[in-house]
Amino acid sequence: MANVSIRDVRKSFGPVSIIKGVDVDIQDGEFVILVGPSGCGKSTLLRMIAGLEDITDGEIRIGSRVVNDIPPKDRDIAMVFQSYALYPHMTVAENMAFSLRLKGVPKAEQGKRVQEAAASLGLTQLLDRYPRQLSGGQRQRVAMGRAIVRDPQVFLFDEPLSNLDAKLRVAMRAEIKELHQRLKTTTVYVTHDQIEAMTMADKIVVMHDGIVEQVGAPLELYDRPANRFVAGFIGSPAMNFIDGRLEKAGFTLASGAVLSLGAQPPVPVGAKLTYGIRPEHLQVMSPGEPDSIPATVAVVEPTGSDTTLMVKVEGGSLTVLLRERCSLKPGEAIALRPVSHQSHLFDERGRRIASV
Amino acid sequence: MSDWLSPEEWTAVRLSLKVALTAMAASVVPGIAVALLLERGRFWGRQALDVLVHLPLVLPPVVVGYALLLGFGRRGPIGAFLADHLGIVLSFRWTGAALACAVMGFPLLVRAVRLSIEAVDRKLEDAAGTLGAHPVWVFLVVTLPLILPGILAGMVLSFAKAMGEFGATITFVSNIPGETQTIPSAIYTLTQVPGGEGGALRLTLVSVAISVGALWVSEWMARRVRRRLLAR
Ligand SMILES: Nc1ncnc2c1ncn2[C@@H]1O[C@H](COP(=O)(O)OP(=O)(O)OP(=O)(O)O)[C@@H](O)[C@H]1O
Ligand SMILES: [Mg+2]
Repeated sequence: MANVSIRDVRKSFGPVSIIKGVDVDIQDGEFVILVGPSGCGKSTLLRMIAGLEDITDGEIRIGSRVVNDIPPKDRDIAMVFQSYALYPHMTVAENMAFSLRLKGVPKAEQGKRVQEAAASLGLTQLLDRYPRQLSGGQRQRVAMGRAIVRDPQVFLFDEPLSNLDAKLRVAMRAEIKELHQRLKTTTVYVTHDQIEAMTMADKIVVMHDGIVEQVGAPLELYDRPANRFVAGFIGSPAMNFIDGRLEKAGFTLASGAVLSLGAQPPVPVGAKLTYGIRPEHLQVMSPGEPDSIPATVAVVEPTGSDTTLMVKVEGGSLTVLLRERCSLKPGEAIALRPVSHQSHLFDERGRRIASV
Repeated sequence: MSDWLSPEEWTAVRLSLKVALTAMAASVVPGIAVALLLERGRFWGRQALDVLVHLPLVLPPVVVGYALLLGFGRRGPIGAFLADHLGIVLSFRWTGAALACAVMGFPLLVRAVRLSIEAVDRKLEDAAGTLGAHPVWVFLVVTLPLILPGILAGMVLSFAKAMGEFGATITFVSNIPGETQTIPSAIYTLTQVPGGEGGALRLTLVSVAISVGALWVSEWMARRVRRRLLAR
C-alpha cells in the first residue's frame, strides 16, 4: 500500500491544455473518487497515474517514488477499465492469473490465489469460461479479480460500473466498498456519477475543465461547497440557484420577495449575489406567508418514498423535494420558505461567501 | 498423374511453389514489423515508408522488376555487395524470382496485418502494462494472438500474389526453364509456341487448383484460430 501525491500536474495534447495544474494528496489506504462532468480530464489524470499517458509538467509520486518516468509495468498498480479489457483468448482463470504468470509465480500458487479471489467475487463456477460467455456484471467482476490478484499498491478504476444496469450498479457499489474495507488498498476511482462518489468515497476530488474545484469528504462537499460549480454538481436533485441582491432586510429577489438571512454576509449592502438552496431545504407554505417566495406548482413527481415538485417562480423554476406524500396539483399557488441555516450565498464569480 | 503433366511443366509447378512459399515465408516477419511501425510508430519518415511499401501495388510490375534489376542485379549497388561479400546472387536465379514475388506481395501482407492491428483494442495492451507486462511480452501474449487471423490472411494473399506474379519476375530474372520459369512464365511461353495450347491449359488448371487450395487452407486455419481465440 502507498500514498499517492499529485503535484501541479499538467497535460497537453499538442497545443490543447487538458489538465491545467492539479494538486491532490491521497493517503495510504484511502478510497478517493475523481468526479466531474464528461471531458473534464478525469480519465486522463488516472491514465497519468497509471503511466499510460506521459506527464507534460508536474510530479506524481506513488509511495516515496516519483513515477513520472517509470513505465506502467513498474508502478505496482492495477487498473480496471470501463470496457473491462479482458483478454478474449484467455479463460477467466487465465485472465485472472495474468499478472502472476508474468511474475513467474509457480502454477500451483497461481491456481490457489486465483481460486481465493474467484471465491471472494463469486466467480468460482466461471473460471473455465471465456469472457464472451459472461454477462456484463460477471465480466466486471473478472476485471476486478484480475486486479486483486496482482495485489498492487494502488487500484485505479475508470468508471468500472457505467456499463451495468442501475440495480447491478448499486449492488456493485456496495461490493467494491466492502472489498476496499477488507483489502485496505489505496484506490483512485473515476466516475461522472456523483451518487457513486457520495456513497463510496472517503474523499472526493471534484474536477471541472482540467482543474480541481474542491477536495473533501462527501458530506463536507455537500454541506460546504466551495463554489457554485461544486454546489450544483454534488447532490441530486441539484441545488437551486436564485439571483438577487443583498439589502438591509435580507436577500432580495428580482420579484421583490425578501428572504431573511440568519447572519450578515461579509459583503456590502447592494451586492449582487446568488442564493443557493437544496431542494430538500424548501418548505411548502400557503401563499402570502412572509419570508417566502411565491410559486406555482408545475409538475408533481411521486417516487413512493418522497415527492419531487417542479415549481415556477418569477424569472425561473425551482425543484422541491418533500419527504412526505402531498396532495398538491399542477397550477396550484404556493409559497416556498427556506429552512433556516441551510442556504449558501455565492458572489458574482461563483465563490461561496457565506452559509446562512 | 505424373504423365498428365510433362516434365517441364512439373518443373514449373514445383518451382512456382518453391518461389511462392519462400517469398511468403521471408515476408512474414518484416511484414508484421512494418505493419506495426506504420500503425503504431510515431517517427519521422513514416509517411515515406508507407508510400514505399505501397509502391508495388500501383507501379506497373515491369517497372518494379526493372528497379530490382537496377538495384539487385549483378552490377546494381545492392546486388554487387551481396555477390561480393555474402556470395548471394539473385539475378537470373530462383531466389531473385522469390525476391520479386515477395516485393510484389508485400503491400498486401502489410495491409492485412495493419487492419488487424488497428482492430485490437488498445485498452487490452494498456491493461497488460498496468498488470506488470513488459511491452515485448504484451506483444507476444496479447497483440500477436489477437492479430493472428490477419497475419494468416496476409500470408495467403502474399502466397497467391507470388503464384500469379509475372511482370516483375520475368523482367528481373527472365524466363529460364528450371531456374526462373514459374507457372505464369511457362504458360506465357507455351502460348507463344505452336502446339503449346494443351500445356498452357493444363498449367492453368493447376494454377486454379493451387489458388483454391490456398484459400481453403487459409479459411480453415483462420476458423481454427478464431475458435481458439474467441471460444466460439
Ligand atoms: N489522446 C488524446 N488526444 C487529444 N485529446 C484527448 C486525448 N485523450 C483525451 N483527450 C481530450 O481530453 C479531454 C479530457 O478527456 P478525458 O477522457 O480525460 O475526459 P473524462 O473526464 O474522462 O470524460 P468522460 O467522463 O467522458 O470519460 C477531452 O476533451 C478529450 O477530448
Ligand atoms: Mg473518462
